[in-house]
Amino acid sequence: MAAYLARRAIMLAATLVVSSFVVFAGLSVAPGNPLATLAGGRSLPPDSVRVLVERYHLDEPFLVQYAMWLGNAVRGDLGVSIVLRQDVSDLIASRAGTTIALVLYAALIVLVAGVAFGLLAALRPGIVDSLVVISTAVVVAIPPFVAAIVLIGVFAVGLRWLPALGNGSGLWDGIRHLTLPAFALAASATASVARVTRTSVREQLDREHVQTAISRGIPYAAVVRRHALRNSAVPISTLAGMTVASMIALAAVVERAFGLNGLGAYLVSAVLSKDFAVVQGISLVLVASFVLVNTLVDVGAAALDPRIKLGRRS
Amino acid sequence: MTTTLATYRTPRLGPLGTAAATVIVAAVVLAAIGPALTSADPNASDFAHAYGAPEPGHALGYDGQGRDLLARLLTGARTSLLGPLWVVALSMAVGTVVAIAAAWLGGWLDSVVSAVLEVMFAFPGVLLAMLVAAVFGPGLTSAVLALAVAYVPYIARLVRSAALAERRKPYVQALEVQGAGAVAICVRHLVPNLMPLITAQATLFFGYAMVDLAIVSFFGLGVQPPDADWGVMVASGQSGVLQGYPAESLLAGGSIVLLVVAFNVLGERLSDGRRAPRPGWFPRRGGVS
Repeated sequence: MAAYLARRAIMLAATLVVSSFVVFAGLSVAPGNPLATLAGGRSLPPDSVRVLVERYHLDEPFLVQYAMWLGNAVRGDLGVSIVLRQDVSDLIASRAGTTIALVLYAALIVLVAGVAFGLLAALRPGIVDSLVVISTAVVVAIPPFVAAIVLIGVFAVGLRWLPALGNGSGLWDGIRHLTLPAFALAASATASVARVTRTSVREQLDREHVQTAISRGIPYAAVVRRHALRNSAVPISTLAGMTVASMIALAAVVERAFGLNGLGAYLVSAVLSKDFAVVQGISLVLVASFVLVNTLVDVGAAALDPRIKLGRRS
Repeated sequence: MTTTLATYRTPRLGPLGTAAATVIVAAVVLAAIGPALTSADPNASDFAHAYGAPEPGHALGYDGQGRDLLARLLTGARTSLLGPLWVVALSMAVGTVVAIAAAWLGGWLDSVVSAVLEVMFAFPGVLLAMLVAAVFGPGLTSAVLALAVAYVPYIARLVRSAALAERRKPYVQALEVQGAGAVAICVRHLVPNLMPLITAQATLFFGYAMVDLAIVSFFGLGVQPPDADWGVMVASGQSGVLQGYPAESLLAGGSIVLLVVAFNVLGERLSDGRRAPRPGWFPRRGGVS
């Protein structure tokens, strides 16, 4: 396990360094000089230019700029927003909560509803199973922005159960405002987790050790819980974990659709308003979280199933 | 040619696969002849008709700016199909060439390629598209290039492992013994034999690209208004949804879902189980090992 962890840690570090380099290199790849890119085409007063040059070490060679930028980023300094004249880190910190809450809420839905529907289909062959299989086949193909539109149309405009736009204030109101976005984000992933759960539990129920347990008279519920579900834990949790990782990028879609004040929506508006420091800062945070969650999922799968770390990789 | 026939049978589409293929062909035909079906101008707005109901000559009614919905849907079909086509063509071409070169030459080149691919998995396609839009400005070209780059590792890893397996087969070794050149073997035998795999992945990835491009356009970073595109239409129809006129968003979103399902079903029929994971959604796992 130690060797496996070390290998994964090295890969993680290498990936983080390279992806941060890609995010930073955008600055010098962009047409025009870096200063103009950071200013987003605005004309700046001389003292603002001086602040930017100092902060981004624009008078140094490219690789030194990158090293300085990365060093600052690691210490939590992601530069300054040219539009809002505020530290990017503060702007990110004030919006990260919404995105984290949204992703966790959606992950909860994916796990609970996905596993529940999958189990239901696996244990009740016939009409229930067919219903779950058909409906998940449709839902799995619905991208989050279409899900968002449909949910807004039905539950906010039609039935008026839940608000369509904004963050809300206070805990309860906040949860109410996050409910439709979380379901929009979770819909497709829930369907795919349900399908994987169904297939995997079915497969386990046909295995000899499960059949033996049943024939020994162990209560069916205990067999399902202790053998079928536990052995299905690896594929289910791996898929669920990777789904959470994918939501880090996809959260932008529902944040935008529901007017939520989260990181993804802010990234989109920063791209539109040419606020390059913010784009870099958020991209870095999102890519880092994406890579980190994926690594955790892989390590978690290896911890659950020791065969994985013995090198099933291609 | 004989080797191709020996290893590849035309897959049976079945009723579902045939239905999916029909949907795709119908969409392509409608996109091609679409503007001839309606006399309305997709960009002519007439605010007197904002959110207007269907009437003769305007079969689907109007959007919030009083533009003909049918005309916009049909014009949008073109960008919504051509964009993914470019993404798929580019990523398949680059991915296949890189993968076959790595698998054939092996050694340090293979190690470098594998390491680079591993790192490329770190960028979800949509996120890369946003970064590229920030650097080079929004637009369909930026989005297509970014997604093509983001898809390459998924294609390349699958094709590489398939090519490695193929390379060990006797017919390839026989050709080498006969003195056939590496390029000739790859172009004339290896690629044709990998073609079923590549076509199946291209079909699946067409659906993924369609969703991802629509997301980027939904953000306002892909196809630029007033040009019609299904992703743009979902976004611009959102204010209509809030006012109780969901037609524009639902028609565009429904078209996307219908085609994505069709590409998914067809791709699955063609792929007989070997498929690369969904880019940006399920990184690093899956494929043939």
